[in-house]
Amino acid sequence: MARRRSPSALKIRNLSVEIAGKKVLDGVDLEVLRGEIHVLFGPNGSGKTSLMMSILGFPSYRILSGEILLNGTDITNMSINERVKLGIGIAFQSSPTIRGVKLGDVLRHLAGSKIDGAKMAGAVNLDAEFLNRDLNVGFSGGELRRSEVLQVLVQRPSFAIFDEPDSGVDVENLEVVGGAINNLLKKRSGLLITHQGYILRYVEADKAHVMLNGRIVCSGIPTKILSQIMKRGYKWCEKCPKARRPH
Amino acid sequence: MSKSKETALKAKGKPAALGPDLDVGRFTRDAKTWGYCPVSSLPEDIARRSLAVGVRADEGERAGTYFQIDHSTVFQKIQKKFEGKTEIMSTKDALEKYDWMEDYWWKVVSADADKYTALAELEWDRGYFIRALEGQKITLPLQACLFISKDNLDQNVHNVIIAEPNSEIQIITGCTVHPNVQRGLHVGISEFFIKEWAKLTFTMIHNWAQNFDVRPRTGALVEDNATFVTNYVCLNPVKSLQMYPVAYCKGENSRARFTSILYGAGDSYLDVGSKTVLQGTGSRAEVIARAIALDRARIYSRGLLVGEKEDTKAHLECRGLLLSDDAFIHAIPELTAKVQGTELSHEAAVGKIAEEQIQYLMARGFSELEAQSLIVRGFMDVGILGLPKALETEIKRIVDTTAAAAI
Repeated sequence: MARRRSPSALKIRNLSVEIAGKKVLDGVDLEVLRGEIHVLFGPNGSGKTSLMMSILGFPSYRILSGEILLNGTDITNMSINERVKLGIGIAFQSSPTIRGVKLGDVLRHLAGSKIDGAKMAGAVNLDAEFLNRDLNVGFSGGELRRSEVLQVLVQRPSFAIFDEPDSGVDVENLEVVGGAINNLLKKRSGLLITHQGYILRYVEADKAHVMLNGRIVCSGIPTKILSQIMKRGYKWCEKCPKARRPH
Repeated sequence: MSKSKETALKAKGKPAALGPDLDVGRFTRDAKTWGYCPVSSLPEDIARRSLAVGVRADEGERAGTYFQIDHSTVFQKIQKKFEGKTEIMSTKDALEKYDWMEDYWWKVVSADADKYTALAELEWDRGYFIRALEGQKITLPLQACLFISKDNLDQNVHNVIIAEPNSEIQIITGCTVHPNVQRGLHVGISEFFIKEWAKLTFTMIHNWAQNFDVRPRTGALVEDNATFVTNYVCLNPVKSLQMYPVAYCKGENSRARFTSILYGAGDSYLDVGSKTVLQGTGSRAEVIARAIALDRARIYSRGLLVGEKEDTKAHLECRGLLLSDDAFIHAIPELTAKVQGTELSHEAAVGKIAEEQIQYLMARGFSELEAQSLIVRGFMDVGILGLPKALETEIKRIVDTTAAAAI
């Protein structure tokens, strides 16, 4: 899989991050090779979303140590939009409402050209009328998730992050969303964050990691790790003898 | 002396309940007389300014036009295909033409309300009369422009707008000044009469100068099953602007909607609100106000809903966006229920642009400045005015230009 030149799409070294004085990431190491899709498991509050927000460069996530490389470029101190320009795309788990700003306006900007918005919306089972709706105003949980995925589909980033794309999405739409994500990621790299793992029925992932208390404690084959979590829960991960402990 | 003159004389020195008190004597009443001039032949500087408040020089997109410069009517005309359906002329001509005009003169606004209404009666400078005839649906908007070309001038207009039963009409009016005008006073009396089953949509765009004072006084009478939609957009700095239009939903199932977009820049003092009195069974009202304050602007955004009859319902929504620490926005939503069967509600929110909104848009590739500008433009979304597509596009262009300059 690995190519000779800059084989990693995303490389995170010894990343520690605090938010409002509280340490949320504690020495995270993660490498996603080009063309790979990784999954991040972990209980609520384990630091999955913090990791994603740090990769994106949200200012309230203050980096204490470590570095983040995208396709070999150090992005640790870049602004959010600079990182996005270099090829990161993200589907958020929760998104603010912005009155008067239409979903269609954002899609046009992401595409950088004219797009068939209605057709794209159809790919995630959203009605074309959503393009003229104010961003996230009055969207249901499932609609929000699909709108987030749609924005990444239109952007076509080289590295895509999906934060809990499966939560709050009904079974029928899960298949649509999962299929769309899988299609997009076929020639790209990405990181999927999931709490319950439903999305893995539709997306083939190469590697999985388990996060606990701001650290990656375990990495391996996605199906294996998921079935272990399903069987024994995250409680077991905390006691697992093989888990990587703090140095 | 007429009765309204007598009434007005008593109120000559009466300050308004709201807004800074003005010495009306410091403005000049001395204006040159402007002759007849088709809008298509207006001097370029005047045409450009009036276009920025939605008044077009090409008449093709408008059913009729009224244009007043200072104290003179320079143009008033209905397009041929709308003749017999709608009328537009100065209120001076209308008072000469129709005896019944007296039934509409000082009927929903009192001449003795304050020194400004008194001034408009005692020193009256025309204004427009617009009327949709019974049963007529006017498919193109009518337009009216009140223009001031001379510095420190006082212009007092008195407008009357009538939608006869079962008619439907769209009106766009723009008030503005010549680029050379810095100071001055505009007093505008507007009386609206919306009769049974009629629908009137009135959109007013203001574009003043930094040392200009403005005192509109507006009243509307909405009869059975009639709808009064009024939009107000204020885009440029003004010294002081105070207005508190009132709609009386007197008829059964009458409807009123006030929407305003206020853009306060420079040292502007804006005290703008609306009052709706629900007097007819089944009447409804909706108020949407957007206020954006930057530089050292002071904005009072008021709203009062009064429920006087059963089975009535109204809602008031006021949002304020503060873009400077030296500016302020004071939202004052008020509800008065006088009977049990009235249902009144309001929501108000004032604050700066939320960081999370900016960051979210940055994660979509917008720069910080682009994100701010997009949010401000979105805040001033003319879609809330509910206008026909063509008119909405025109006004959107005007508002977007202002919003783009905000950041």
